[in-house]
Amino acid sequence: MVFSYYPGCTLKTQAKELDRLARNSAKVLGIILEEVEDWQCCGAVYPLGTDEIATKLASVRVLKEAAKKGQPLVTLCAACTHVIKRVNDDMKNNGDIRRKVNKYMEEEADYKGETEVLHLIEVINKYIGFDKLKEYVKNPLTGRKIGAYYGCMLLRPSSVMAFDDPENPTIFEKFIKALGADPVIYPYRNECCGGYISLKEKDRVKEMVATIKENAKHNGAEQLITACPLCLYNLKQISCRDLNIDYLTEILAEALGITYNSEEEVSYAYSK
Amino acid sequence: MHIQNDYADQIRLISGSQDLKCMKCGRCSASCPQYEEMDVRPHQFVSYLQRGDIDALMDCESIWKCLSCFACVERCPRDVKPARLIEAARLLRIRRQSDDEFITPEQVPALLELDPDIPQQLLASVFRKYVK
Ligand code: SF4
Ligand code: SF4
Repeated sequence: MVFSYYPGCTLKTQAKELDRLARNSAKVLGIILEEVEDWQCCGAVYPLGTDEIATKLASVRVLKEAAKKGQPLVTLCAACTHVIKRVNDDMKNNGDIRRKVNKYMEEEADYKGETEVLHLIEVINKYIGFDKLKEYVKNPLTGRKIGAYYGCMLLRPSSVMAFDDPENPTIFEKFIKALGADPVIYPYRNECCGGYISLKEKDRVKEMVATIKENAKHNGAEQLITACPLCLYNLKQISCRDLNIDYLTEILAEALGITYNSEEEVSYAYSK
Repeated sequence: MHIQNDYADQIRLISGSQDLKCMKCGRCSASCPQYEEMDVRPHQFVSYLQRGDIDALMDCESIWKCLSCFACVERCPRDVKPARLIEAARLLRIRRQSDDEFITPEQVPALLELDPDIPQQLLASVFRKYVK
């Protein structure tokens, strides 16, 4: 199974481990991720304004590259997933935006939202299945109590993201279970971490993540996983003993038995 | 009620929001994680627009408080999309006042020196949210 892959800016810098562990885990699962050539940053925030055209172009270029190859486009960062899925939806369903973008790009073939955009977890769910994923697990995470922190970007608005039930999502819990751990369900798993305001209003973010972490701990979580580099950063703004915050690919790689020496590319050591 | 106001129509156009469908149930405000922090609350975005009180909407603090978490959009039973309204007001404000910049590219190296863990996603986001 070959997919076009959009890592995005953060996976090339602060979140290198998210990228590397995802690629190596995917390989083990028979998923080949082909990085789109010459991609640009999606902007991290979906341009909500209906008259915002230039800010949507980077996403359209990537979508178009995948369309040329006839491959679904795979993302990992929650923000990239959000932005690119929503721009794709505009290109499919908003004639005004579609016409302006295609006119602006002045290329032979118009883009009409043909590419399917999937987060890696959706790829695993759709093309492998969590039952089958279990069979790949070499190092089951038995007894570990792991909570999924979904945040906002993957779930909402559900009419476009179509990721999972926006109020009672289950996909990450199924994933955690397949890896042999016990998923911890806690009410604040889809509450916002504060997002981009952490540069300007760090104290407010600290309040918000304190509520989320207390809620997770109260429900028995010992570790939280996320797909979003900004959620991870914000969640780490307050320290909380006995509650590690990691990317979802870290537990995936760990359960698949990918250690940092087993493939030359993986140089990331687990921080636990 | 539909008050004639050039900016009001611009907000309707940019947001693509159908404010007239609002039934004032308040579910958007009840869902908003920033409710306490806001001077104009999500259900009021709609009222301000309908009253044509656009200057107040463009000048309110809420445009910097909204997190674009889309809880209000998800939970509105009438598909009004309050987050899109406040985003349209924010866009008009930063398009009008480009000197009111919270961050410039020149400040980035110093910020990263202070906190090397800042993810690029955060920097990209603030440039999209605060700067023209
Ligand atoms: S998108 Fe903004 S207004 Fe809507 S619930 Fe989130 S923070 Fe509140
Ligand atoms: S949830 Fe929707 S209908 Fe209810 S007050 Fe908010 S915008 Fe109006």
